[in-house]
Amino acid sequence: MNKEEAILGLTDTMAKFTSYIGKRLPRDVIKKQAELRKLETNPLAIEIYDVMAENQDAADKLDRPSCQDTGVIQYFIAAGSNFPLLGELEGILENATLGATRLGPLRHNAVETFDEKNTGTNTGSKIPWLDWEIVPGEDSATIDVYMAGGGCTLPGASKVLMPGQGYEGVAEFVLDVITSRGINACPPLLVGVGVSTSAETAARLSKKAILRPVDSRHQNDNAAKMEELLEEGLNELGIGPQGLTGNNSVMGVNIESSARHPSTIGVAVSTGCWSHRRGKIRINSDLSYEIMSHDGVVL
Amino acid sequence: MKKILTTPIKDEDLAELKVGDIVYLTGQLVTCRDVAHRRLVELGRELPVDIVGGAIFHAGPIVRENEDGSHEMISIGPTTSMRMEKFERHFIEETGVKLIIGKGGMGPETAAGCRENKAVHAVFPGGCAVVAATKVEAIEGAEWKDLGMPETLWINRVREFGPLIISIDTQGNNIFETNKARFNEKKGPILEKISNQLKFIK
Repeated sequence: MNKEEAILGLTDTMAKFTSYIGKRLPRDVIKKQAELRKLETNPLAIEIYDVMAENQDAADKLDRPSCQDTGVIQYFIAAGSNFPLLGELEGILENATLGATRLGPLRHNAVETFDEKNTGTNTGSKIPWLDWEIVPGEDSATIDVYMAGGGCTLPGASKVLMPGQGYEGVAEFVLDVITSRGINACPPLLVGVGVSTSAETAARLSKKAILRPVDSRHQNDNAAKMEELLEEGLNELGIGPQGLTGNNSVMGVNIESSARHPSTIGVAVSTGCWSHRRGKIRINSDLSYEIMSHDGVVL
Repeated sequence: MKKILTTPIKDEDLAELKVGDIVYLTGQLVTCRDVAHRRLVELGRELPVDIVGGAIFHAGPIVRENEDGSHEMISIGPTTSMRMEKFERHFIEETGVKLIIGKGGMGPETAAGCRENKAVHAVFPGGCAVVAATKVEAIEGAEWKDLGMPETLWINRVREFGPLIISIDTQGNNIFETNKARFNEKKGPILEKISNQLKFIK
């Protein structure tokens, strides 16, 4: 395979995968929702869970985007420093977004700011959004594709606390965001929390947190305990599906963290809606691939 | 038995409805969201569709344009209604719309508009866009197409479109405001319990 063929091949794979994740939810999200449906006792909430399941079946059978808001396309890349198409990846993912827009079809969700015109292609200045991490010495690339819908993006918030407010202040911030704006963001949500040093570092980590599997836990014992406490606390509120009350509120709470300045606690919240459309794919150096988030995928 | 509303909707069709009730819609349903509301309310432009006794849907669908120029509804779920709170009271009064369908709650201004003009707001379960698309029989028109696919006013003919959960009734009762008060009441004690176990800074 020459380089040009390799670029076309990977563009095709990524276009198909991007389109695919708009139609079928990842396995961890499907499993969690089935569990929440079983635990539910409120008849209105049960009816909503059943329409949700019916919708996912219909999307699969009719091969259509399960939610009309196929979001702004974001790619979170962890690329090996020896990945053969490292320099080409940005162009490949832009063309993959154009391809997915035709294939899905995806809704046109890129409005050029200040010109205030919808580009009609899902591409625009810095869109699709790319987030990079370079993994020294590796020759594969792992890419998380995320469809950032408007509804689940709206609650996003970031703030810098004073150390006196402590982790108690972090918890208060999370509960405030979810009870005020999270209820309209299509619960049950996956809540991502960034605990870090400044507003933008916390914000980025909070988004990375919702790319982690629903039931995963932070490696640090205190952070893992805080994930559990927040999850229990939010569930006790009984927000229910669509905010119309129920036995639970969230699919889970994931925290990502970094060290911080001694004078600051940066905190941020990002939310994933019940229709949490993300996918993880690993591209090997020979451009063979493995889909890690979904089962039985044929692209 | 299914309670079905048919456009044009009359005041008496809505009078008995209470928050939490489930209804379905047959007839015309026009998508209408951020910029369309802004054009009518702030820019004083007339809506290019007559929706007296009608129904609007806070939604930006995926529509396929066929080669003959006709349109096919692919995926159409509700968008966050709260974004239209700023405009809705005035919008209801201006247009005579009777049923506003969206996602999540709306605030006191919309509730006042519903009470004053005998209209209701209802929730279609968010994210269930393919179920919704299968209830659209045809796209009968499209206005303000300059706004792009999500913001265009898509004029749909729908059959038993739902479930629609009444969230604001004609008395101005608002299920989301009631729920929010309940969540906020619970929040304090929950936070206190959590905080006691989060004293990591010692």
